[in-house]
Amino acid sequence: MNAVFEQIFQVGFLAAIIRIATPLAFATLGEMISERSGVLNLGIEGIMLLSAMTGFTAAYYSGNLWVGVIVAAATGALMAAVHAVFTVGLGLSQHVCGIGITLFCTGLAYFLFRLLFQDSSNPPTVTSFQSLAIPFLSSIPIIGQAVFNQFTLTYIAMIGVPVIAFALYRTPWGLNLRMAGENPHAADSAGVSVKAVRFQAVVLGGAFMGVAGAFLTMAQFNTFTFGVISGRGWIAIALVVFGRWDPLRCAGAALLFAFIDAFQLRLQTAGVGHVPYQVFLALPFVFTIIAMAVMSRNASAPPALLKAFRKEER
Amino acid sequence: MIRLEARSSTPTWFNLALPVAAVFVTLVLCSGLIVLAGASVFSSYAIMATAAFGDLYSATETLVRAAPMIFTGLAVAVAFRAKFWNIGAEGQLLAGAVASCMVGGIAMPGALGMSAMAIAGAIAGGVAALVPALLRVKLKVDDVVSSLLLNSVIFFALMALIEGPWKDSLSGYPISPPIQDSAIFPVFIAGTRLHLGVLAALLMAPLIWFVISRTVLGFSIRVTGENPEAARYSGINIDRVLVLTALLSGGLAGLAGVCQVGGVHYQVMAEISPGYGYSGIVIAMLARLNPLGVVPAAIFLGAVMTGADAMSRATGVPAFLSEVIQGTALLSMLAALLFMNYRLRFQGRAA
Repeated sequence: MNAVFEQIFQVGFLAAIIRIATPLAFATLGEMISERSGVLNLGIEGIMLLSAMTGFTAAYYSGNLWVGVIVAAATGALMAAVHAVFTVGLGLSQHVCGIGITLFCTGLAYFLFRLLFQDSSNPPTVTSFQSLAIPFLSSIPIIGQAVFNQFTLTYIAMIGVPVIAFALYRTPWGLNLRMAGENPHAADSAGVSVKAVRFQAVVLGGAFMGVAGAFLTMAQFNTFTFGVISGRGWIAIALVVFGRWDPLRCAGAALLFAFIDAFQLRLQTAGVGHVPYQVFLALPFVFTIIAMAVMSRNASAPPALLKAFRKEER
Repeated sequence: MIRLEARSSTPTWFNLALPVAAVFVTLVLCSGLIVLAGASVFSSYAIMATAAFGDLYSATETLVRAAPMIFTGLAVAVAFRAKFWNIGAEGQLLAGAVASCMVGGIAMPGALGMSAMAIAGAIAGGVAALVPALLRVKLKVDDVVSSLLLNSVIFFALMALIEGPWKDSLSGYPISPPIQDSAIFPVFIAGTRLHLGVLAALLMAPLIWFVISRTVLGFSIRVTGENPEAARYSGINIDRVLVLTALLSGGLAGLAGVCQVGGVHYQVMAEISPGYGYSGIVIAMLARLNPLGVVPAAIFLGAVMTGADAMSRATGVPAFLSEVIQGTALLSMLAALLFMNYRLRFQGRAA
């Protein structure tokens, strides 16, 4: 058993956790920003898939990965804007509309990818992002190689978390966002345009989801496959609940989830016992449901989440 | 300026006009993708329509495709009526398929075997739906997230079964052992796949309509969904209604799985459902949560799926167009629903 644990807890393990956590952190933060303003975005799974596809395609044809990231973010923002038009502008059901966005984006991603690359036996690939060692910091023992020898997008996520936390709790933008999600009528009385605040929050959140998709096809992997997202969007929805709608806690939730995921990957390769590997795949989902049940007593969802805002209705 | 104005009443012809308009808008929007793929819009849609309804065999294939979606559509419609947000019809379908395949493998006289499969599938689906319902009622856990996550859990459980104990030891394929020959659903027209499950689906819709609109349970479901305060005031136990709704909804989704095992595949594999559970949401919305409307809505999606395959072979337009149509139809229908409660009012700037 000791040998198994040694095999699991190497320096590479810590680095793997951070790598796996990166797309989840982007997706979770995006969903959190949207939900903090009062709009649940179940379109996340499809938005991530479509952005992963458009971003990959843009990088493939332009030869520039950053073009891919920007296109992915723009795709995410655009699709989230559609969600915002329906849920914020027209006040339609957030659940159903989100599922519609996911179905639409998933179909569109498959359709366009098949149209562009046909059914070839060797799928197109890009030269993915290379990890970037930060001078001095990366030479700190153990931690240095794990934390400061990562992809640039990972560093952006690391910096992004405290920046978003600051923006959410310490700026007028964040105050308006939180008010739109907690007490929209009070916000309205204070002269804040609830619809405008929610609209931009949903769109910004969508851009984050897009970057999450781009990370998967251009950093973690180097190609687009139909199963590239495989439920990561749904996991992000759960991580927002688990992270109690707080940026730092959400990032922590993403790290915790990445730890479980990296752990199960290593257990699989270590070939422990006769447990089917699907048990490990299902574990994060089961764990999240249990965590939601345990934490539900002190749930802190934005009170106006899922509630459409209409000025004339009180 | 254009503004939305609340309607006091909705003309009845809207019930039919709205889904038809939504479908029309969907087909117009999706024709852009056909143009993008370099095919002719009219001939592509014509090929789809012919492949879906052109002859007796095509029409039966469309019905065979529609049958599981009638069940999932009913499952979602019932749940959404009570505002129990069951996004888990996909997982409940898989649970029903696994349970019915287990029971179908036991040697029994045909009629008994088929009934046992249906009961086992419905119970498995119901139990799967009970989890998010109880979590919501007892612990106030959001039913959307829990039912959604449960889909993945059930899928992995199915995969563990077919790659583990159920794996075909001869071929090594991840498929379950087949059900007994006697348990295979009879086919009504020789040379087609029009099986017993299709008839069951077509009969289930009016039955569920009766339950929803004419029984005490149906009344409680509707009141709980429309006005929980009034429900509580009139002495309805909302928690109990939600649990019963979940059992009914999950049971229906489970029957979709039974339908696929008994009538189409005769065993369980990873691809047993190409997202029929999620299609159920599209169908329920197109049907405006009316069980009778579920049938034409499911047949429409069944036709789109059958038609898209044929269109893809003939024109080279990727068959994934059917997925795009589903998503677009759901969004169009949502937008159309706005006209149920509001009307557009054009007015001058001065007003």
